[in-house]
Amino acid sequence: MGSTNSTLSKIPNVEELMQETGFTPAHIVRLYDRFEALDKEKTGHLRPQDFGAINRLAMNPIGDRIIGAFFSPGQETVDFHSFVRILAHFRPADKKRPKDPSMPEPVNSRTSKLKYPPLVFSLISVAFQLYDQDKDGKISRAELLQVLRSMLEMQVTEEQLESIADRTIQEADLDKDDAISFEEFRKSLEKVNIDHKMSIRFLR
Amino acid sequence: MPALWRSTFVLVMVLLAISRPSLASEATGNGTEHTITTLPIVIWKWEEIHFPYLVALWVLVSWLCKLVFQLNPCLTRVIPESGLLICIGWVLGGIIYGADKVQTFRLQPFTFFFYLLPQIVLDAGYSMPNKLFFGNLGAILVYAVIGTCWNAATLGLALWGCWLGGAMGNIDTGLLQLLLFGSLIAAVDPVAVIAVFEEVHVNEVLYILVFGESLLNDGVTVVLFNVFDAFVSLGGAQIDAVEIIKGIISFFVVAVGGSLVGVVFALLISLLTRCTKNIQIIEPGFIFVLGYLSYLTAEMLSLSAILSCTFCGVCCQKYINANMDERSVSTVRSTMKVFANGSETIIFVFLGISAIDPSIWVWNTAFILLTLLFIFVFRFIGVFLLTWILNQYRLVPLDFIDQLVMGYGGLRGAVAYGLVLLLDENKYKEKKLMISTTLIVVYFTVMLQGITMKPLVTWLKVKRAAVSERTLAEKIQNRTFDHMLVAIEDISGQIGDNYMRDKWNNFEEKWLYWLLMTPIARKSCDPIFNIFHKLNIKDATSYVKEGERRGSLAFVRNENKADVDFNKKFGCIDFMTRSSKDENIFFLRDSVPSVCLDMHEQDLKMRESEDFDAHHLLQQHLYKGRKQHRHRYSRKQLEVNKDEHEVQEIFQRTMRSRLESFKSAKMGVAPPKKISKHLKKDQPQKMPNGKSTDNSKSHAYGDEDFEFSEGDSASGYEAAGGSFPMRAYRGAGIVNPAFMAEMDTMDPMPPMQQIPSWLAETEVDSSNMVPSQRAQLRLPWTPSNLRRLAPLCLSTHSNDSFLLADSPATQEGISELPPPPPPQDGQGQGTHK
Repeated sequence: MGSTNSTLSKIPNVEELMQETGFTPAHIVRLYDRFEALDKEKTGHLRPQDFGAINRLAMNPIGDRIIGAFFSPGQETVDFHSFVRILAHFRPADKKRPKDPSMPEPVNSRTSKLKYPPLVFSLISVAFQLYDQDKDGKISRAELLQVLRSMLEMQVTEEQLESIADRTIQEADLDKDDAISFEEFRKSLEKVNIDHKMSIRFLR
Repeated sequence: MPALWRSTFVLVMVLLAISRPSLASEATGNGTEHTITTLPIVIWKWEEIHFPYLVALWVLVSWLCKLVFQLNPCLTRVIPESGLLICIGWVLGGIIYGADKVQTFRLQPFTFFFYLLPQIVLDAGYSMPNKLFFGNLGAILVYAVIGTCWNAATLGLALWGCWLGGAMGNIDTGLLQLLLFGSLIAAVDPVAVIAVFEEVHVNEVLYILVFGESLLNDGVTVVLFNVFDAFVSLGGAQIDAVEIIKGIISFFVVAVGGSLVGVVFALLISLLTRCTKNIQIIEPGFIFVLGYLSYLTAEMLSLSAILSCTFCGVCCQKYINANMDERSVSTVRSTMKVFANGSETIIFVFLGISAIDPSIWVWNTAFILLTLLFIFVFRFIGVFLLTWILNQYRLVPLDFIDQLVMGYGGLRGAVAYGLVLLLDENKYKEKKLMISTTLIVVYFTVMLQGITMKPLVTWLKVKRAAVSERTLAEKIQNRTFDHMLVAIEDISGQIGDNYMRDKWNNFEEKWLYWLLMTPIARKSCDPIFNIFHKLNIKDATSYVKEGERRGSLAFVRNENKADVDFNKKFGCIDFMTRSSKDENIFFLRDSVPSVCLDMHEQDLKMRESEDFDAHHLLQQHLYKGRKQHRHRYSRKQLEVNKDEHEVQEIFQRTMRSRLESFKSAKMGVAPPKKISKHLKKDQPQKMPNGKSTDNSKSHAYGDEDFEFSEGDSASGYEAAGGSFPMRAYRGAGIVNPAFMAEMDTMDPMPPMQQIPSWLAETEVDSSNMVPSQRAQLRLPWTPSNLRRLAPLCLSTHSNDSFLLADSPATQEGISELPPPPPPQDGQGQGTHK
């Protein structure tokens, strides 16, 4: 416990962070260790290259995009707080840990995953940003194609890709503007149990 | 055919012990006389062959029962097959009893343990989804070992308490005997569980947990049974702390030793299949014989035979599948299923038949009802308790509903019955009561819980396996989520399972492959070679199918290729191979391969099939999340695991794209224009692989290959003069003209056209030969390897030619291409050779 406390004391505003994300001190310490391990040059910030150094991410077809999701527009680095905040989205919903009832509104409470709170960016919007690389609030056909291209095996031909992209857009596109807006994106996922699908148990 | 012979042979063996010896004595009267007065033309030799004859008849009857049920889908939808088989067993048993006034046919423990059970266990091990199994091995072991001990102990103690309290009246038993009874009935039975869970389609984690548990705890329960049996023989007075410790040690020695014997035999099988190349006909036989020997050896050493056989199957599957000829592998697979499914059927029928025998029934309401109650309750408590502990460590905790289903899935089965028959009636005065109770428990769990399982799963909304994804968006999204999860885990640094798996894979590749696989098999382990091979086979199949449909393969020469709707056929063939899934059968009927010469008609049909095609395509080709590979075990169907080349492919793509962005960022200018010859030739390969925007054109090439080879079509390309060198190639004896045409005609393409639009952002200079760079990264092979890969493009093209019909514009584009300069072609040819 002593080491836990000493690590915690190194992190500024740690109380606030825990309140916000719902992580326990043990989680935070663990993530902090990880953060420091990734931060090879000890700058207190992570750059995309730091993420790129994770070998396994290279085996992920959309790994680079997920790295991108950690960086808010215009920023080249991510600090520990944002790092934890983003990871907090993937924490399982809190119902299984009744011992922490004090958490006021954790970022990933069930409601915030299903509704779209304008400020806190939710899971869906993380997913949306994976597609929307130019951040114009819409997934264009070209953007969708790019994602598909990286997610499908090499043998799939370009025509097949295009026809898939077209059909996907047709399915989701409600206002016929040949692009998927965030609202349409959310609607298309209504049936998917995102909470279930997107939870990771964080080790302590 | 060898499969059939073997199965017949073994099944004849199977029922040797089932049929009654008494029949022989009855039949002696009416046979041949020993002294003959004249030459008999035919004689009645019943008593000589009655034994195998009866065995074969019983097998036939059991299987016919199964057949009858499968003809009534509405029946099997409500009642699980195992339950129905028991019912038919009752009916058959009733008939026999009515005729003989005594139950002449009964499941004997020896028959069960030595002729019926091994193949079931071996099959379960052999078709075990390895990755899932080892991924969840910890949890499975906890359930199988601790859970079984818990069940046995609690049931024994609770019954003992009730017995002391006088709830059961006057029965002659004791604590040890009740503990023994608890241990024999503690094990969840794989036969019953799989029979039910297979029809319910629960999610894979739940499935592997229940399945793995039921398989391993059979071994555990037999060990426990033996330990307690020994204790009973010793008698209560002689049991002290030393004996108990010995018992515990023996428990672990037996279990671990059994598993080790299995692993040793797995190594043996793998080594043996390395050198059976010349006797391919009996190659599959080795698997069965050695698998059976592993069972017998463990039994001989009084180790756990079930565990031995299971681990033998689990460990050898990968290597023998790689080592053996493809035909042998499929023989092994299907023969394994014949054995396993067959003996499962026989077991259930005989479980039913055995019940119709008043001589075994002793009724003690309290004992039976209390046993039922305790089994049910303690199973739930045990599952909840263990899951709670496990959930502290599991990455994906099991939720409450999964636990409910696991608890409810505690079906008991034939193993318990076989064990209870083994009891010695002199030692166990209440053996008959135990038999009746076991039968009641088996019937209750298999029938009642089996029937209610499906509604329960629906009602509780248990996560099902492979929820059909209706929209493409959902499907893509689901896969995206999978990838995201994996990535987030990687980022947050969750090592553990994955890390260990990596280590193991390294070790395996380094040593085990070298030791256990033939050099040829090692080569075919190479992912890219595998794709190449598979695609070629698929292509050839569709090619032949199409030819046969038209009466001959002449269409290749005569038809205009643009109308050959390969895509449909591709889909269709795929359904056939995967027609295991119900929904596909529908499509199979629907999509009779059809070649539409009329564009409009084709267009109409396309609309219908397009949606499905797209879904299908996604299903086939979306990269899976690393940990989300879906494996199922089914005794009824053969499933082929998709090979795991994906990871490597993704890795190469990622590195390539990183390198590109790195390059463009670093230099800001185009890299030097250094194009070596063979690199340049690589281009066409990756272009069709879903990378470039002008792929349509390359498809056109691919589809025109057939024409090229024959040189009698009037397509634009040929007009452009490309055909001449092609003919030359064909004359030169190149087997696959398609790829040659493609390779060389692509060369003269202006480089600009070959740079995909999405790359163009970073690589502004049109003349920079990024593709060659990519090619280098993607395919670090020698040119000869590259050449082998080339047909890969062809296959994708042919799948897809229907799209071309929609885009005449692209075809025109082709004709405008400059003709390939002959010298270059000549060089290309030279390097190919």
